[in-house]
Amino acid sequence: MSMPFYVSPEQLMKDRADFARKGIARGRSVVVVQYADGVLFVSENASQALHKVSEIYDRIAFAAVGRYNEFENLRIAGVRLADLRGYSYDRRDVTGRGLANAYAQTLGTIFSSGGEKPYEVEIFVAEVGDTSEEDQIYRLTYDGQVADEHGFAAMGGDAESVATYLKEHYRPELTRDEAIRLAVQALGHSESGDRTIPVTELEVAWLDRTRPQQRKFRRLDSDSLSGILAGS
Amino acid sequence: MSQARGSSGDARLPDVFLTPGTSSFSDFLGAVSPELLPARRTLPQGTAAELAPHATTIVAATFPGGVVMAGDRRATMGNIIAQRDIEKVFPADEYSAVGIAGTAGLAVEMVRLFQTELEHYEKIEGSTLSMDGKANRLSALIRGNLGLAMQGLAVVPLFAGYDLTADQGRIFSYDVTGGRYEETAFHSVGSGSMFAKGALKKLYREDLSELDCVTVVIQALYDAADDDSATGGPDLTRRIFPVVSVITADGHRRMTESDVAEIADRVIGGRMQRPDGPHAALN
Repeated sequence: MSMPFYVSPEQLMKDRADFARKGIARGRSVVVVQYADGVLFVSENASQALHKVSEIYDRIAFAAVGRYNEFENLRIAGVRLADLRGYSYDRRDVTGRGLANAYAQTLGTIFSSGGEKPYEVEIFVAEVGDTSEEDQIYRLTYDGQVADEHGFAAMGGDAESVATYLKEHYRPELTRDEAIRLAVQALGHSESGDRTIPVTELEVAWLDRTRPQQRKFRRLDSDSLSGILAGS
Repeated sequence: MSQARGSSGDARLPDVFLTPGTSSFSDFLGAVSPELLPARRTLPQGTAAELAPHATTIVAATFPGGVVMAGDRRATMGNIIAQRDIEKVFPADEYSAVGIAGTAGLAVEMVRLFQTELEHYEKIEGSTLSMDGKANRLSALIRGNLGLAMQGLAVVPLFAGYDLTADQGRIFSYDVTGGRYEETAFHSVGSGSMFAKGALKKLYREDLSELDCVTVVIQALYDAADDDSATGGPDLTRRIFPVVSVITADGHRRMTESDVAEIADRVIGGRMQRPDGPHAALN
């Protein structure tokens, strides 16, 4: 009879974390930036159809990096949870915090259960408030940890250098167009030099608190994006 | 919330949330919380028609570039006016509206489910349903209510929207079995509908402007209220006027109360001179 090798719990968790981190580091980055009228997401995404940034509910949006099938599942689960809650109670009872908690529990349980491979994803959940002080941005990692972000944040392959650039150039109360230009420059920034990302490979979406409709989520098409980037 | 918990008692999202498959909210609801679906309820034998308020007349008419839907503000329960400022016309999504006649409570619930259904599909699929797709979904929801309809709790909505592919306003009517019929030009449902339709027949023209089209539907509602006791006319002392939705290529817009009041005041002004409304040409 064969005996399994003993692996310490520390080592087991470290291996699983390394596995997840490696998967996430292969992908391109997503940036979230708070601006005067809301929260902006910009990601490098060669596909026009497979989104990394999506609407969850009236004031809540979702952005992810990592394995598409895994974060797509989480996105759909989030839409289902939000719509179910909004239908059984009221639209105002759907909150970003509730959604972030559900994601955290799900990712955490999957990460620490021996039977499943950990999800190779990292997620932003953002909720836009009536004022910028009430905006909330949560970052969720593969192991179910939740962090509160303020002002700006980046995740994905080049997250560190992108975040460094944002830290140097970000200021509060940017206009939307300034925020878009800052985010695009940050995505193109790396230690070895800056590059220009083609407009067609950028995905831009935002939550706009000034939008009169209930649903605050909007996407930007590439024509408008070219115009905004040329305006710098 | 019980549905959000896993079976093992942890707070992890249950597998049914994470299983790919349906883009339909009502299908999902049927799998997770069937008790929330109107269609899954059973009632004891007997008629329940007199138990709940009824909502009455809805009219809709198209004009070049869009469609208008309006509803009066009265809900009745037998001979009682249950509510004098009820709203019966709702936006279904950005390019469509639904107006309800029949049992008010069930109809409002159906509208909420229909709104969630359209938005849910849009978010999951990343594209909106076609106009016919939306109309068919509403059909399915009405069909689910057939059992209740047979006990006197019927819901008969009117659905209208702007079809971005065909570039025109479209109107769909329904029967209690979920039968779906596309109407040309105009239509009306509810207890005052035959009077409203008579008015629409005489007043409707194909080249109406948006403002004229709104005037036509308000005239039609006035005629419905004139002859049907369950339809509320303009309430001049309380300043309660019909709810009017206008849907064009720019999306759904509910007309402001002051705009509707202005048109209603003009209509009433005309009726002061001629109570039966404007003359139609004889030939």
